[in-house]
Amino acid sequence: MSVQTATAPPETPTPPAGPLARVTGWMRTHTTSLPTWAALVIFVGMVIYAEIVYGRILQPSTTSNLLINNSHLIIIAVALTFVIITGGIDLSVGAVIAFSSVAGVMLANAGWNAYLVMVLMIAFGATFGLISGWLIQYLNVQPFIATLAMMFLARGLASTLSTVPERLGDDSPIRALGTQIKIYDGPKVNDFVITPGVVIALLVVLGGFFVLHRTRTGRTIYAIGGKEQSAQLMGLPVHRSKMLVYVISGSLSGLAAVVYTARLGIAQNITGVGWELDAIAAAVIGGTLLTGGAGFVLGSVIGALVLGLMNVIISRDGSIPPEMTTVITGGVLLAFVLLQRAVVRRRE
Amino acid sequence: MSTATSSTFGERLRNVGRQQFVWAIVAIVLLLVINVIKDPTYLSISYSDNLGGLRGNLVDILRASAPILMIATGMALVIATGGIDLSIGSAMVIAGAVAMEFLSASGSSSLGTAGLALLLALLVAGVLGVVNGVLVSVVGLQPFISTLIMMLAGRGIAKVITGGQNTTATSEPFRWIANGYVVGLPVVVLLAVAIVAVVGLIVRRSALGLMIEAIGIDAEAARLAGVNKRAIIFTVYVAAAVLGGMAGVFATASVMTVDVSNTGNQMELDAILAVVIGGTSLAGGKFSIRGAAVGAVLIATLDKTVVFLGVPSSATPAFKAAVIVILFLIQSPWLHTQLAKLRSRRTTTPTTAEVTA
Repeated sequence: MSVQTATAPPETPTPPAGPLARVTGWMRTHTTSLPTWAALVIFVGMVIYAEIVYGRILQPSTTSNLLINNSHLIIIAVALTFVIITGGIDLSVGAVIAFSSVAGVMLANAGWNAYLVMVLMIAFGATFGLISGWLIQYLNVQPFIATLAMMFLARGLASTLSTVPERLGDDSPIRALGTQIKIYDGPKVNDFVITPGVVIALLVVLGGFFVLHRTRTGRTIYAIGGKEQSAQLMGLPVHRSKMLVYVISGSLSGLAAVVYTARLGIAQNITGVGWELDAIAAAVIGGTLLTGGAGFVLGSVIGALVLGLMNVIISRDGSIPPEMTTVITGGVLLAFVLLQRAVVRRRE
Repeated sequence: MSTATSSTFGERLRNVGRQQFVWAIVAIVLLLVINVIKDPTYLSISYSDNLGGLRGNLVDILRASAPILMIATGMALVIATGGIDLSIGSAMVIAGAVAMEFLSASGSSSLGTAGLALLLALLVAGVLGVVNGVLVSVVGLQPFISTLIMMLAGRGIAKVITGGQNTTATSEPFRWIANGYVVGLPVVVLLAVAIVAVVGLIVRRSALGLMIEAIGIDAEAARLAGVNKRAIIFTVYVAAAVLGGMAGVFATASVMTVDVSNTGNQMELDAILAVVIGGTSLAGGKFSIRGAAVGAVLIATLDKTVVFLGVPSSATPAFKAAVIVILFLIQSPWLHTQLAKLRSRRTTTPTTAEVTA
């Protein structure tokens, strides 16, 4: 409910009219949130389609798996939403996850305190974000190049640490974040389970939503994406907020590394290749414009779930050859972007 | 440091230093020096009768630069219009997949089949560029997202073409493109240099280059000034994809195998890096083919150096990151103001400067 009221222009009172006129009138006043609503509608459509064609989708075990398997993607999708709204981009998330998880697992196996290790993993991410932010803010490097450099750096450092899968000790407290907690005991294995990782992802979503829509920092982030110069002239803390956005993105990547490592128990230098693209795709599907200035955290979550659900459908179908997976991902992304384009055209 | 009454030589030196690709050349020389320190015979070039051409580390570096030269040239043009092409790596793998499938299916190793394979590979890569061009110039999608879609779809299509396999083929004429020699020089290097020179001449000796830059500066203003924005943006994406296809041919012909998951993987990032190292701004509006070429050679030199020094090749990205950061640091106004601050402090309060020194 509050999603669209938070950023849409103030509603103009419309004269009472027929239902169709009311719908078009609503669409006219909610153009920024329209792609997000469309994503929601398509997501629901996908769920219904999958339920009818393949069955066993709307049941506790499938939905809980969808959440558990995509909790790290949800976290980095939120991170990318922050960055993209300022008009920037962060290509380093996947590589930062690789570095954080490899370094974290190696430290934990070397006998470091598990809680300290988790904090360090987030701190590693924050450091990469800080360097990106510094490059962008003080050396005038474009965000694409700065975060590309951090992507290379993180991936390279992860590879110098180890090139083989690093296994987390079975008794490590980090694994506790991946333990499954039964919420609803269904028949046979059809239980609704969550992991602490899922809870963390949900907290990140709520936190991201709160910061973007209920704080001054959030308003500044939208203002920077709208037009940076104007935001500067308005006296908003542009420099600080831009740095902050990349630090947030880096820290959330570190957090995603914790959640992912806890679930899998294995870290490797090739973890997370291409995840930045998944996260960008999730944000775009959810209605965040790559030009900045518009987007919603909740939309990105829907985007991440759309991608996750697509994987479920592809694996359920069985007849789709694995080679086609990325073709289908590309096709779905194209459909969403074309839809957005149609909406933006209407606004023009 | 030169003072206010600096000589014209100092001024000239500073002007040279403003050209970013000069720093890239410095970096290449530094890397070669490091290699020579490790092995004094590193730079030696010998004539091999077996191969019928020159052999040596420098030749290897040039050979490795060839695909990067292709994609960096295409990328420079795309970036100049204010766009970006993330699908170049996918164009590479598609071209490689088409060529290998065609050659292995035909089973013939005649010159004609090899030529047809080359043509077909470039054509299919070009189709990828056509889709990009339509999405960006006609539909009006953002270049980043359109080419991201084609990057994902393109690799999938390559896998569909080969049925998920890494197809191998034998064709001596096709292999010659990557491994052959003409008058003692590697064909692949000659071809790459020729193609870059032709593209450079076309864009710089005609108004095309100016029009591309005009679009990058302000697309709407360029359109109002009579530049056919749609046609030029479309052409640029097709050209980038065809050049990507050529790079794919280079990359697969040397081993006569297409690796559907690795051929061209993340090569678009190398291309972007080469372009940026060469002094082209990602914001669009200007480009330097010469700079992109130097950037491409720097990346190839870096790749070879890292391997030569015995660092695992998976760690190469970290060195690329270091090069980017250092190049930007040298160029940045921030560093110059910091240095200026230091210098003025030294001139105004010489005593403290002496103490700190």
